[in-house]
Amino acid sequence: MTAAAATPAGAAAAGVAAEPLLSVRGLTKHFPIKRGLFGRAAGAVKAVDGVSFDVAAGETLGVVGESGCGKTTTGRCVLRLIEPTSGEVRFRGTDVRALDAGALRRLRREMQIIFQDPFSSLNPRMTVGAIVREGLTVHRLAEGAAADARVRQLLDEVGLRPEYASRYPHEFSGGQRQRVGIARALAVEPRFIVCDEPVSALDVSVQAQVINLLQDLQRDRGLTYLFIAHDLSVIEHIATRVAVMYLGKVVELATAERLYAEPLMPYTQALLSAVPVPDPTATKRRIVLSGDVPSPANPPSGCVFHPRCHHPQKDAACARIVPPLEEKAPGHWVACIKQPPTAAEWGAQQAAGGTRPPQRYLPLAAPAARTE
Amino acid sequence: MGATVVAESAGELTPPRSRTPLGGPAVRVGRELRGHPRTRVALALLAGLVVATVGAPLLAPHDPNAVLDAVALKSLPPSLAHPFGTDPYSRDVLSRVLFGGRVTLGVALLAAAVTMGVGTAYGAAAALAGPRTDAALMRVVDAMLSLPRVLLLFALVALWGQVTVPLLVLFLGLTSWFGVSRLVRAEVRALREREFVVAARALGGGTVAVFFRHLLPNIAAPLLVAGTLAVRNVILLEAGLSFLGVGVPHPLASWGSVIRDGADQVAVHWWITVFPGLAIVLTVLALDALGDGLREALDPRQLPRP
Amino acid sequence: MTAPLLTIDSLRTYFHTGAGLARSVDGVSLAVHAGETLGVVGESGCGKSVTALSVLRLIRPPGRIEAGSRVLFEGRDLLALGDEEIRQIRGNRIAMIFQEPMTALNPVFTVGEQIAEVVRVHAGASRKAAWARAVEMLALVGIPAPEQRAGEYPHQLSGGMRQRVMIAMALVMNPALVIADEPTTALDVTIQAQILELLADLQRRLGTAVLLITHDLGVIAEVARRVVVMYGGEVVEEAPVGELFARAHHPYTEGLLAAMPRLGAGRDRLATIPGTVPPATAWPSGCRFRERCPYAWERCEREHPPLYDIGAGHTSRCHLAVEPERRAQRHLPLVAQVAGGRA
Repeated sequence: MTAAAATPAGAAAAGVAAEPLLSVRGLTKHFPIKRGLFGRAAGAVKAVDGVSFDVAAGETLGVVGESGCGKTTTGRCVLRLIEPTSGEVRFRGTDVRALDAGALRRLRREMQIIFQDPFSSLNPRMTVGAIVREGLTVHRLAEGAAADARVRQLLDEVGLRPEYASRYPHEFSGGQRQRVGIARALAVEPRFIVCDEPVSALDVSVQAQVINLLQDLQRDRGLTYLFIAHDLSVIEHIATRVAVMYLGKVVELATAERLYAEPLMPYTQALLSAVPVPDPTATKRRIVLSGDVPSPANPPSGCVFHPRCHHPQKDAACARIVPPLEEKAPGHWVACIKQPPTAAEWGAQQAAGGTRPPQRYLPLAAPAARTE
Repeated sequence: MGATVVAESAGELTPPRSRTPLGGPAVRVGRELRGHPRTRVALALLAGLVVATVGAPLLAPHDPNAVLDAVALKSLPPSLAHPFGTDPYSRDVLSRVLFGGRVTLGVALLAAAVTMGVGTAYGAAAALAGPRTDAALMRVVDAMLSLPRVLLLFALVALWGQVTVPLLVLFLGLTSWFGVSRLVRAEVRALREREFVVAARALGGGTVAVFFRHLLPNIAAPLLVAGTLAVRNVILLEAGLSFLGVGVPHPLASWGSVIRDGADQVAVHWWITVFPGLAIVLTVLALDALGDGLREALDPRQLPRP
Repeated sequence: MTAPLLTIDSLRTYFHTGAGLARSVDGVSLAVHAGETLGVVGESGCGKSVTALSVLRLIRPPGRIEAGSRVLFEGRDLLALGDEEIRQIRGNRIAMIFQEPMTALNPVFTVGEQIAEVVRVHAGASRKAAWARAVEMLALVGIPAPEQRAGEYPHQLSGGMRQRVMIAMALVMNPALVIADEPTTALDVTIQAQILELLADLQRRLGTAVLLITHDLGVIAEVARRVVVMYGGEVVEEAPVGELFARAHHPYTEGLLAAMPRLGAGRDRLATIPGTVPPATAWPSGCRFRERCPYAWERCEREHPPLYDIGAGHTSRCHLAVEPERRAQRHLPLVAQVAGGRA
């Protein structure tokens, strides 16, 4: 059921020198499907199915994928806002799943979250100042005038006028509300923030403001981000390493430079080639995947991507074997049992009427020898 | 593109856009309510009724239970001395209606408070508990809802014997909360998954704190509407029970019991039933209008989307 | 140059709300030629969606299309037509595709029925004939097993499929013009790629003109032949697509292009446009973009710029067209100056 938990035990190879800040192994979350009069379990939605990765202090791990891939659920499981079905989550060495309520609350100071929808992530009945102050109250960090001062300081830090603390969320624009959400998360002085699609609901010009803000805050406060998004351009801009998810599994994990220069997983290649490029002179050949994303309640057997995969060597083994996350190149992990094809192999496929990724995604050299 | 644009240093520097007038939710609701003529009339009517009943000791010309003149003043039609006439026991109907209003409205408000309190607590507990507890709690509610409420009440009070006013409040309140609990459960369940509630949990808030700080204020709207309905229903229930003789203890005046006093001779001594009846009708209509007005003022406008 | 298929001339659509008069569309003129794709790009609050709805007269009170506006289609002014006549145009000669297919499709009817209904209403076909045409359209938009899918309900289909159904409904009467309002914004990027390919393919085959509204400049670059940029309820720039991306003139367009993170563009700080879009109830005097513009000078406050023609089919609503030397005098935009900004 779960893929053999790929252990990027070569944490060193993945570019993480010391003990990682966050370490996730074999994270799984299945939502049971209830049918019938008595709610018998009739299968499960395998939202997250055996996900493993590390996040080093100070870096930004981007998690990218399309709807249904499990990235949002992964983010919430890491914070235990959703209880994982199985797997291990370690934050600074502490096993998050084993904590009791009190210890978990204390941990919540260090791990925070920013949400996607600026309209539903703020309580419409509370003033912006009260929203930001809540964290201070819950953890008894400041009271009364000291708390007010801290709130004003936080609002200023995210670029909002401190006088606005007495206004209500509906009086602000989407970008401003998102800043309030960021201030709320910062109030408890976390080390680690899960950014759950923080800019997806914003206009382009506002997006840029918020992305710059997040980067500034990271630099000034030494934050670590788990940045979840579906927009590949945003991820490439902000992430140091990137994990690509599909149907609940991590299918590729590499540094941002490597991933965007040379994606080795066919799905990543298709994903990157599908992004519309704001340059009308660029050649428009892209990989168009056939069919729709299968339902996470009924994922394909073996490699979850195999029905839509365009790899020249795709065969019956792909439908049988669940590929483990393997290091195909230094620091570059791919979940595919086949070798990345050479340019010649792609060319042959194209000549036979099949697909071929755009030139820029073809391997620069012969693929690295597979690690035994 | 090559355009060298100066890197942005400042954040949001324009004042927030106000697409709706400024002010907290309560202020805005107040404004909305005052805007609609129907609600203004309803509020004025209710205010008048409350003032009249609260000021009964000052406004009523006579003691409501005083038998003024057993022979000469029995069942007299409205006149200058007795604007609402007298009843078969020679009591001044106006005074009885005024004092009766205190009883009726008081019972209604208190019973509604019991209903809303118990219903909210029960519904919230069900919504926030685990699935099995939730299912068990709601099956109880379903069972209770399948019993006809009026008959249940009737049986309760009739079997109890002589019911005092506090007991009446309790009975009325404790038999009316089932619907409220369902409403609260549904609303809380919907709200539970809203991101700002998840955010509150992410900040480290406990269940109770999250409920009072985040959930309750956001279900206040439907609760308020349900509250006006609860008051209105209890008024009618109490009137019905008193009319049947099992409501407020004799000789206490309530609008229902005054109607009962005149029920035998409705066609002839019409004033004894009509005036309290009118009071009930006006109050219920006003509450309905207020409930409608509240529902409109509170719901879709509450989250104006830019 | 042949006469355009659709000409919008000085369209003004105002919303008479309690909070004031919202001039959502305030004098927009544009033209779509037969068979071409015109892209309309802008962010929230610029009026692009309201423009699209105005063409088909789908604006409800308190919104109103003001007098003096004209929408000419195949020689007739759509705004002057009677109700029955405009209904004959909707879905038939001009069709619309919406952003969110789940809410635009009726959940209680099967997708086949919804497509067939269009045929029955406009062509008076029999049930059987209409159904057959519906299945034919589903096949045309690339839905596998169309006969079976036609009997399914919208909630049984994925987002990409539903959007294909919407496209099928829009194209079933072979309209001359399709207005697509953010057709791929709600879709995943790989599905978006499929839908854009489909639209391009169908357009080639059927010769339909497309008015494509989106905020995504990448989609515009892929699909549009000419581009109109909207801001503040007005057209602020119009150009052929290559010209727009290579030589954007209006500071807002420049800002948009600079603010987009791009694949392969490195990780430098993104250039931003400070401030926010002003509300439609209170457009600034003079040029509506001046408070956020890094080039604005006193003329911009005094004088509302007209659409200047800067050659090569390129127009721009900016005084820089007549005083280009001002471009050298970049400064902090007004909104950034007023509050001092954070270091």
